[in-house]
Amino acid sequence: MTKRKLLFSGLALTLPLALATVLILHPTRAKSEDKASPTEVRVDNFTFGPDTLTVPVNSTVTWVNKDDLPHVIASTDGVFKSKALDTDDKYSYTFSKAGTYAYYCSIHPKMVGKIIVQ
Amino acid sequence: MAKKKLSDPNANGFIEHDHNNDGIDRRGFLKCMAWAGTGALCVIEGGVLKSHALASQMGSEMKSHKMGELSFVQISDSHMGFNKPANPDVIATLQAAVDKINALPEQPEFILHTGDISHLSKPSEFDNVDQILKATNKEIFFVPGEHDVLNDEGVMFRERYGKNSKGQGWYSFDKNGVHFVGLVNVMNLKAGGLGTLGNEQLEWLEGDVKHLKSSTPIVVFAHIPLWSVYPQWGWGTDDSGQALSYLKKFGSVTVLNGHIHQTMQKVEGNVTFHTAFSTAFPQPAPGQGEGPGPMKVPAEQLRSILGITDVNYVQGRHALAVVDSSLAQEHWSSLVFQNHYTEK
Repeated sequence: MTKRKLLFSGLALTLPLALATVLILHPTRAKSEDKASPTEVRVDNFTFGPDTLTVPVNSTVTWVNKDDLPHVIASTDGVFKSKALDTDDKYSYTFSKAGTYAYYCSIHPKMVGKIIVQ
Repeated sequence: MAKKKLSDPNANGFIEHDHNNDGIDRRGFLKCMAWAGTGALCVIEGGVLKSHALASQMGSEMKSHKMGELSFVQISDSHMGFNKPANPDVIATLQAAVDKINALPEQPEFILHTGDISHLSKPSEFDNVDQILKATNKEIFFVPGEHDVLNDEGVMFRERYGKNSKGQGWYSFDKNGVHFVGLVNVMNLKAGGLGTLGNEQLEWLEGDVKHLKSSTPIVVFAHIPLWSVYPQWGWGTDDSGQALSYLKKFGSVTVLNGHIHQTMQKVEGNVTFHTAFSTAFPQPAPGQGEGPGPMKVPAEQLRSILGITDVNYVQGRHALAVVDSSLAQEHWSSLVFQNHYTEK
């Protein structure tokens, strides 16, 4: 089945099903060579991967720093902030409320990302 | 802003475009942006810009510019604690910088460190740097890099290096008629933005320079470049334009920055911008490569792209000279420029 057809059928379905379809449309992320779990964000080469991550309520998202330089994960609204993460350090935060959480690296503020909790 | 990459760093050149009749060829300056490891020496002397291949003639060039009322050294980005392949021994390369300072034929009066002293803001990292720099036996002025204020909003940094500073660590001082201003642009950074000075600091700066004579040479130093080197990689400061507007009346303004681990220079009106080598590890030229992380180079090349900056203020000739020196003696990259302010 092509992506276009998938998208079409998704639009015709109810909201949760549509979301599931969207996840199916991005199978490469879940199957990436590093086997990143669906709640993991890799910080690599000054970018967040994925830069937008959608998770269910009460999910714990884990950031792992794969750069040779430290990064600091900070919510734009001050909801969460990690300590400085050196290479391979991890930081986790559990999202108990639905919403869109914009975040950035507070020492490299060009690095921005989003967690969508639904 | 026009930015030109140096295609042939060793080409000789003379002034071709002196639109303001001030003896400064701005296009020529842009050509002379010295990228890491290219090893160009650019000298403006008597209104003539020359760019030299860096070899044996360096020695005599250097000596002829070392006579002045004030000289100081800038070092930057020691990243003590960094231990990745780009440089597994940042202690040794900082030590090499110190040895080089101590070997300068005319000893500089003091040292500026433009931030990222430490890699992870750890007390032991600051201790190591302090211990190594002690061997210079010189007064050292610091401004923080983002790596120095990681987990405590800069409290430890200010306790160690900012006892007489204002706000989040900014201050000014005078040496031999030159007014030095240390600024902090690594705190309270906003998502999606660049370096930030903030209103409180800008107000302080305006007041700090208001009563100075326009003939006073100004040297501003801060970690992140105060000009747009490459905003896509965060190499710039959002409100630097506001800061520079307070310095318009001065005939001679020199801006010294670190952060990008390579030397670049630019002249814009009365302001000369300059970024310094890191003593720890190189980073790629703007936009070259995938991102602004540490760049691994062959071990034998590493010391040729790490270094110190030697700044010489010559009162009689109204000139500030900025000379970058890599840790390997045979490679130099420098800019010597003549300012065009008038002594009143």
